[in-house]
Order: sequence, then structure tokens, then C-alpha cells
Amino acid sequence: MIGAVPARDATLAERLRAGRSPRRRAVDRAGRGLALAATLACVVPLAAVLFFVVAKGAGALNLDLLTKPAKALGTGGGALQSWLGTVQMVGLATLIAVPVGIAAGIYVSEFAGHRAARAIRFASDVMVGVPSILVGIFVYVLLVLPFRQFNAFAGSVALAVIIVPVIQRTTEEVLGLVPRELREGSLALGVPSWRTTLSVVLPTARAGVLTGVMLGVARAAGETAPLLFTALGSRLVNIGGFGEPMDSLTLFIYNGARSPIAALNDQAWGAALLLLLLVLGINVSVRLRSMGGVRA
Amino acid sequence: MREDPVEMSVAAPVAAPPEPQREALPTAPSTVPGGAPLSLAPPAAGIPGAAPATVPAAKIEIRDLNLYYGPFRAVRDVSMGIAANQITAIIGPSGCGKSTFLRSINRMHELTRHASMDGQVLLDGVDVYSPEVDAVDLRRFVGMVFQRPNPFPTMSIYDNVVAGLRLGGGARKADLDEVVERCLRAAGLWDEVKDKLRAGGTSLSGGQQQRLCIARALAVDPEVILMDEPASALDPVATLRIEELMLELRGRFTIVIVTHNMQQASRVSDFTAFFSMGEDRAGYLVEMDRTARIFTNPREKLTEDYVSGRFG
Amino acid sequence: MTTLSRPTRLPARRGPRRGDRAFAAGTRWAGIAIVSLLVGIAIVLAVESWPAWRAFGTGLLTGTTWDPTRDIYGAVPFIVGTLATAFIAVVIAAPVGLLTAIYLAEFADRRLATPLTFTIELLAAIPSVVLGLWGIFVLAPLLRDTLDAFVIAALGWIPLFAGPSYGFGVSTAGVILAIMILPTIVSIGREVLRSVPAAQREAMYGLGATRWEVATRAVLPYARSGVVGAVILGLGRALGETLAVTMVIGNTDAIPTSVFSQGQSIASKIAVTFNESTGLQSESLVGLGLILLAMTLLLNAAARLLVARTARGPRR
Repeated sequence: MIGAVPARDATLAERLRAGRSPRRRAVDRAGRGLALAATLACVVPLAAVLFFVVAKGAGALNLDLLTKPAKALGTGGGALQSWLGTVQMVGLATLIAVPVGIAAGIYVSEFAGHRAARAIRFASDVMVGVPSILVGIFVYVLLVLPFRQFNAFAGSVALAVIIVPVIQRTTEEVLGLVPRELREGSLALGVPSWRTTLSVVLPTARAGVLTGVMLGVARAAGETAPLLFTALGSRLVNIGGFGEPMDSLTLFIYNGARSPIAALNDQAWGAALLLLLLVLGINVSVRLRSMGGVRA
Repeated sequence: MREDPVEMSVAAPVAAPPEPQREALPTAPSTVPGGAPLSLAPPAAGIPGAAPATVPAAKIEIRDLNLYYGPFRAVRDVSMGIAANQITAIIGPSGCGKSTFLRSINRMHELTRHASMDGQVLLDGVDVYSPEVDAVDLRRFVGMVFQRPNPFPTMSIYDNVVAGLRLGGGARKADLDEVVERCLRAAGLWDEVKDKLRAGGTSLSGGQQQRLCIARALAVDPEVILMDEPASALDPVATLRIEELMLELRGRFTIVIVTHNMQQASRVSDFTAFFSMGEDRAGYLVEMDRTARIFTNPREKLTEDYVSGRFG
Repeated sequence: MTTLSRPTRLPARRGPRRGDRAFAAGTRWAGIAIVSLLVGIAIVLAVESWPAWRAFGTGLLTGTTWDPTRDIYGAVPFIVGTLATAFIAVVIAAPVGLLTAIYLAEFADRRLATPLTFTIELLAAIPSVVLGLWGIFVLAPLLRDTLDAFVIAALGWIPLFAGPSYGFGVSTAGVILAIMILPTIVSIGREVLRSVPAAQREAMYGLGATRWEVATRAVLPYARSGVVGAVILGLGRALGETLAVTMVIGNTDAIPTSVFSQGQSIASKIAVTFNESTGLQSESLVGLGLILLAMTLLLNAAARLLVARTARGPRR
């Protein structure tokens, strides 16, 4: 480059042309093309998974799958016990996780000192990264071993452990966005701070908190590993029997996929389509509403 | 960030292709249309607001320039000349489009989202916005120093200076050493940093960082240097140092400096352009003249009010 | 605000104070619960695996045999399986993910970048078991017949790439993991790049840099610690991912010798064996869990430190 520039008495157009590097231009274009190609490559797996789940699952996702329980022996029947199990365990997990997660979020955002806030935030971040199978072992030791019985309650607790940090972090983040004036306005009226938090701050942040809860629900509905050693799975329809094993859509897919029987493979695809509709449905609707999104 | 993707492989002055998006004529390379080589009686004599200025040899000539951010017009109908190898100061109240105007000269304006322009910026008679000019090439000839010192924090002092040269690749070490010393000397920084060229660029003080940025701009051997309030983030001593440096560079480089500091403009510049803001919040050129004239006997009442501190 | 109509609340001086204190204390317990969950998991894993550590000492960590018939348990085959799959995942996902992050943060029009980011983040929402199902029936046979066959034909003489490929093995698990960690790398990488001050870009543009040069010479170096952090977070996720890996890795308790070998990761070993094991094997499995926990905790802590450091700007 040095010395490549002609003397100043050359015209600007000539000097511009002389300073031009076709190689740099080619690298620029190639680099940008590569970046675009990588982006498209990221979208391919999503499209491929969606395509195959819909193509293979659409035929199997029928009324039988939704309304009939699995046959106790052999093949046939449906996945009634599975989606019922998912609904119940995710429901109970949400009931457990929401108060704890929101309360912890409030604590960090409104009350905690610097060090306590950092400790809890760090614990939450790390918890999100803890392999969910380890949560399964943890709850197995606490809630299955003592009773010598796999049970749906343990499954729900395991799911709750997984979603509490998600809810805590989201709550904390959205509470931080509530304008200070709103708080001060309420406090200036003599409203005690706990009432201010519950009746002014939290409702303002309701949409954001709900986002966190729904993302937690979607995550719980898609989890398999923490259920393996807790709820175990079952071929029986179990309504309300939280002391007994219970099936879930994810366990149904896992077992069906590993089965040598083609009919069960097909049913797994059908259940996968159902699960995907549920999980992606929640994700899309929640994220579209709060555009910008919350990172998991 | 979105650069105009218009690129033409090599400029073909013969049979210039028709240009639908720009009505301006493709400019002949070496002389300004109208004959006389670069003597600027502003072509915009009839345009309201544009005052006649006697710029001896214009390096840059701006014609009917309008700059927009989306639908908002930030700069309106500016026509002026910028003298070669002299210092031209742009002053005016904040928000009057000074910086936007400055950034249009090396086509940094178009990096802002939704930014657009019309009009012409002629550099040595070549419209820098014509399709045969690539902004990337242009910016090597029209360097820039920014409001806040922005050395590359991951690079050493040495690497900061030659960052622009390394873009071309293939530069020899000995050449680079020579450039580093020459540019750091020109920026008045050599004696302070010659023993720690491998230290981080951000280890320097604010004033030193800004001089490092000037050295970095000089290293690519530009002809024009645009300075966007280069001393506004610095203390008075560092500011003075930058001003001295500008006076040293005067005569070798065409310098355009935006400043909100009128004393600074009067101390360093040969010419001063005064911008103000119209009722539509668009900045426009009130008048431009020799600095001494602007600060002692301006033509416009508005200018007088501003330089005497009555508003702004 | 309802209180306006109820001014009588004001005089009750001590009431609100006590309410505040109770409320703060209540929420505090929830915060403590989260911290104790984390500590609890570590303690439970340590206590439950204690007999195995006592029996084998560090041999549990360094032993290469996992043999229930002789009651000898060593973690090496699974540690290797875990690291190998995660490594393959990062080798694939890091360049693709970073290029994508660069595209989304630097090159794409925002009208395009937002929906693209949204789409890529959706990939993270696909349940692991669904990816595993897809892996068994679509990806594994596809890789076996195309990429694996090609690599074996070209590089099969190198032991690391020796065939045969069954489709189920370390490499397929790595590919599935790459898909799973892409959204993490893209989404955090993009945010890290976006946090680079505009002044850095302008400085490089001002020197006559092309957009690619601005991205690679100004933006990427500035954000390097955060970018590394994004990749490490992805690596952490790859280490602990269970279901999808379990379904395609082949589930063989041996140290893989080739990328096409069937193998077992720590998580997949626990997933397929834990319910059927008792005594020392079960305790050794929990010991594997403790090893996995330590690996992921270290990586996560390191990654978060690096990401946080980018926000403050880099140093040399």
C-alpha cells in the first residue's frame, strides 16, 4: 500500500483508482457472503426438524393418539396418559415455581443488598446451566428413595427446580424496568413498600413476568431427563395420582423412538408434533408479544 | 451501518452510463466545470443563506447539499468551498447539523441508519457521491478524527498507528516503522511514547489518545482531515496541544474542524463557516468568510449575535 | 391508586413497617431457596457418591473400565465421550455461530436481523427429545450415507477417522449438539457484538476499511472476551445435554477410538443406566454426575466472567 498512491498532481479520480485494492474488495464480498451463508445454515436445522416432525407426525397425530391410553400389552392405543401427565406435572411444577421464582425476583430487585443480589443472580444463572439430568438425580434422592416409589410429585418438583431460576431472572429484569417515579409516587402517598411492590410495581411488570412464566412452562413441557428417575413414565392413565408414576409426552417420545416396533416409532412422531406445537406455540406467541425477547 | 452497495469495478469516464438516481452530471476529473481551475466564487450565489466567500483554491466544493435522517432534514441547501491546505472551522449552536455536515464529506453520514442526502460534494472536482467513487477508497483520502478519542483498545500504540495501512496488507515492517515514527512525530507524540510503542493504546491519557488518533489518521496519507470537535473531551492543556498540532499540520493537509468553542475557531482557523438552525430544525449555512472577518465584522446580524455570545 | 380513598391507613405507623419487614423476609427466603438448591444439588451428589469415591478414590475419575460384573467403575470412557462430542459440537458451531452473529449484528438490515434472530432462537426451544427423535430417524442415516462415508473414504487411513460408521456414534452426537448450542452462541454473540461502541466502528471506517474489515478488525477484537464467553456457554450446554445425545451416541461403554465410534457421554450413561443400577454402580453413576457438575460449573462461571468483561470494554 505504501508508495502505491500516485503523486498528488495526479487527478483525484486516478488516485482513488490507484488506491483501490481488488483483493480487499473480494475479501469483503466473500466474507459477507460467508456470514450470510452461515446465517442460512443456522436456519436449516430448524426447518429440517419442523419439516420431518410435521411430515411424519401429521399422520400419527390423530384422535386415537389424543383420546386413547396405551394398551397395557403390545402396540396400539394412544398417548392419552402422556399428555395428561405433561399437563398435570407441568401444572404442579408451575404452581410450585411461580411463587418462589417471583418472590426471589422481587427480593433481588427490591430488597437485596449488593452482595445478596449477586449471589442469587449467580446461583440462578448457574442453575440454568446445570444439566437437567443432575436435577433428576437430586430429586430422586430426596423424593423417590425415601418412599421407594417413583412418583409424579417428584417429577413435578424436578421440573419446578428447572424453571424457578428462569422465572426469577425474568421477574428481576422486568421489575428493574419499572420506572422509579411510579414507586416513589406510591410511597409518597404513604403506601407501605410491600403493598407498593404487590399492587403497583408487580402489575406494571405483569406482562414481562408472564413472559418468564410461559417460557418456563414451555421449557418444563419439553424436559425429559429430570423425569427419567422421578415420574418414570407409565402406560396407565394417571389423573391426580401424584404418589404414583406418571407418563409425559417427552417420555412417550423417548420410549417410542427407542422401540424396535415401527408403530411405536410413528406414535412418537405424532407425539413430537403435539409437543412441538405446544412448545413452539408458547414461545412464538410470548416472544412476539414482548418483541426483543428474553434470553433463556 | 448500511453502506451504499453501489460499486463499479473501474470508473469509465468515456460514455458514462446514465445515472437515474442522481441528476448531477458526472464530473470531468481534473477541472471544475466552468473552466477556471478551482477558484471558488461560490456557485450558489443565488441561494438564500449562502454567503459569498472568497476561498482561494478550493479543495472541496459543496453544492446544494441536503442531508436527511429518514424524513428529517438535518442540513439544508449548503453550498460552500473549503480551501486547500488551510483550516476551515465550522461553528454554530448545538444541533445545527455541523457534525452531520462534516460526516457527509467522507461519506460517513451514509453509515447511519435511514440517512440520505442530495446535492454534491466535489473533492478536486470529483463528486464523491458519484457511482464511480467507492466510499471505502474515498475515506483513505479524507481521514477523520472523532469527538472522543477512540483508539483500538486491543492494539498497541504501534498497531493503532498502522491500523489503516495494515488494511492493505503486504506492508513491509521497515516501512511501517518509518511511518509510525513519522506520524507520531507529526502528531507530537513521539517523544512521549517512543519507548513504549508496544503498550496498549488505551494506556495513554485522553489528550495523548486523541493525538494517537490523529497519528492514525495521518498514517494513511490523507489529503483532507475532518475533525469533529476533537478537543471537546479534553482538558485545557491537552486542548491547546491539539490546537498547536493543527497549526503544524496546516499547509500540508486540508483541515475541516467542527467546534463549539469559538475561541478555538478564532485561534486556529483561516476560514470560518457559521451554521444555524432554521425553524424546521434543519441546519443551514448562515455565512462563511475569513475567520478574522467572521469574528470582527460579519455580514449577518445572526453571526454577530452568535460570536458575541448573545445566543447559542 | 386506591389508597387515596383510604387515608385512614396512614396513621398506622408501625403496621406498614412490620409488613415491609415480613414481606422482605418472605421474599428473602425464596432467594435463599434458589441458592440452597444449587448448594443442595452439589451436596446430594457428593454425599450419594461418597461410597464410590471411598472405594475407588481418584480411580473413579481416572479408571478406564466400567464393568458391573467385576464391580469396577472408572469414568474415563464417559469423560472422553462427553469431551469428544462437546468438542465436535464447538468446532462446528463456533465458526458458524460467530459468522451468523457477525451477520446479524453488523451486516443485516435490522428489519431482517430481528426475525432471523427470532427464528434462530426458536431452535433453542425445540425439546431435546424431539431433536433426538429426528436424529435417530433422519440425521443418523443421512450422515452415515453421506458425510461419514465421504470422510471415511478420504481420511479413513487416519485412525481418528476410521470407519465403519453406523450413523450412531460420537460424530452424530456432536452434530446434534452443534445444532443445540448454535442458538446460544448466536444470540449471546450478537448481543456482545452489538455492545461494541459505534466509535470503534467509525474509527475503522474512517481509515478506509470495508465492512468486513470493520467487523473483523475493530468489532470482533473489541468483543473478543465476550465472544469467547458465548462459545464457552455453548460448550457448557453441550457437556450437560442428555436426551438427544443419549438417543444417537450408540450407548457403548468404551473409550471411542474414532469419531465414528459408538460411545457414551456422562449424561447419557446416567440416563440409560441409573434406573437399572444398585449399590456401588449406582453410587459411581452419581459420582459421574458430580464430575459433570464440576465441569459445567467451572465453564459457566468462566463464561459469565468473560461476557461481563466485554461490557466494561477490553484491555490488552
